[in-house]
Amino acid sequence: MAEFSMNSKDFFTALETDQLIGSHCLDCGAMVVPQRGICPRCLGSNTEIVSLSGKGTLLAFTVIYVPSLMMAQAGYDAKNPYCVGVVKLDEGPKISGQILDVDVSQPESIQIGTKLIMTTIKRGGEENEKTYLGFRPV
Amino acid sequence: MSESKWNRGVAVVGVGLSKFGAFKEKNSRDLFVEAYLDLINSMHRYDPKKVEAFYLGNFSSDQFEKQAHLAPILASWVGLSPIPTVRIEDACASGGVAIRQAALAIASGQYDVVLVGGVEKMTDLEIAAVTEALATAADTQFEVPAGFTFPGFYAAMASAYMHEYNAQRDAFYHVSIKNHSNGALNDKAQFGQTIRSIMESKKARAAQKGRPVPEWEDEIDFLSDPKGNPMIAWPMTLFDCSPVSDGAAVALLVSEDLASTFTDTPIYLVGSGQASDGALPERETLSSIPAAEEAGRQAYHMANLSPKDIDLAEVHDCFTIAEIIATEDLGFFERGAGWQAAIEGKTARKGDHPVNTSGGLKSKGHPVGATGVGQVAEIWKQLNGIAGERQVPGDPKIGLTHNVGGTGQTCVVNIFERRDLNG
Repeated sequence: MAEFSMNSKDFFTALETDQLIGSHCLDCGAMVVPQRGICPRCLGSNTEIVSLSGKGTLLAFTVIYVPSLMMAQAGYDAKNPYCVGVVKLDEGPKISGQILDVDVSQPESIQIGTKLIMTTIKRGGEENEKTYLGFRPV
Repeated sequence: MSESKWNRGVAVVGVGLSKFGAFKEKNSRDLFVEAYLDLINSMHRYDPKKVEAFYLGNFSSDQFEKQAHLAPILASWVGLSPIPTVRIEDACASGGVAIRQAALAIASGQYDVVLVGGVEKMTDLEIAAVTEALATAADTQFEVPAGFTFPGFYAAMASAYMHEYNAQRDAFYHVSIKNHSNGALNDKAQFGQTIRSIMESKKARAAQKGRPVPEWEDEIDFLSDPKGNPMIAWPMTLFDCSPVSDGAAVALLVSEDLASTFTDTPIYLVGSGQASDGALPERETLSSIPAAEEAGRQAYHMANLSPKDIDLAEVHDCFTIAEIIATEDLGFFERGAGWQAAIEGKTARKGDHPVNTSGGLKSKGHPVGATGVGQVAEIWKQLNGIAGERQVPGDPKIGLTHNVGGTGQTCVVNIFERRDLNG
């Protein structure tokens, strides 16, 4: 993964080509996402960038009826709510993302433990378009 | 004190609060002056010339009022220049951290007398802009882009908590009902009405306008109806969320040996702890706040006290789930037992563990930077037996404050004790 650096920006650069990157500690083996130059487990600085499978499990979620400005601009509101959650990746680390293709009209029906796969989401319109991480049920 | 590195003890000798609410006519300095005047009135012998430094907790006057560098302005506005001033920003924990930093400065021997303030003036901005400003207390690189809002973060924690402990949503409503019933007895509270009176006034308004009158049987029925209580971020509803608020709070901290020169009724800061953490995905658990547990552990250790010794606590109920988690992080209840305790009324004024007798952030209001200092004001009143109608029975002697920044990236816990002169 030589094409990506430890700089935060490269996490999103990787997403533009549908890649989810993290870092792997060559000393203790810990996996971290997004990528970091210092391992939070052993505190060593011997880390490398790795590509992750994008598969994971839903750990916590909410259905948001009063959206953030970014999500309001993407068309969400109280009548069109969206789901966002924290996902535990199969490789171990956790990350936040919008959860697509779940029944937001019945939040009680959304199950913690649901198997998910990553997807990418474009937001911001033509001028400020940026790629974001999302997940959907397998 | 056990194994404390503090060179000397610290006392609180006076507190002051502005009214909390939404005040078009007031800016942060006006609110601060209001709280400062309340402080002077609370004290027996105050001499402003003795104040050696000013520590201010303020989250974001830069965003809310387009005014950064607020601490020297406030000091000047009450005539305290040229004393050194410091502004502390730790999101919603700014006030609690300011208390702790002032105490550390006194314990070090650098200062004998420090004024601590907390202020936030949030209601000038449109609500969408307030939400954006608050979101900057989260990780704006990796959490906010997921679509999270602050209610959303705590709602996700609530989903993890409910899943792990099979908790009922009604528990959240009980926290809201309890805190409003306390806030109804607090003249400084922003929403000082009981949930029942809010419900009745909604019914009355419907009748007045000739609309069908909702048939809510009780508070739980009302809170369970999205028409009365809309969903913000499932499972957090409007009445699970603390409001957007303007307000200020102040406290005067002095070295222990000087306490009696200022007041006959000091309280003593006997334990203090603070901890930090990464964003939600970086944590082992989402059903508790590890940094709060760690801050509590430090504070109990320093005070040589345990959770059962705490007579009352002001905890950071920015959302109702946060209060339930706090009562577990602080050891008042076992993990997973906090929600049941809330339903059973154990955290009510007359319960085993009174929590948020002031009304908490939910009812009293949450002017972010003022919150942690305002919590100390409530503990002062309760320990001195001057909390009026909301006074906790049984002559409380030990009170705790728990102040959380973000979703637990900063947590600070302080423990205060009243010592009887003859004891």
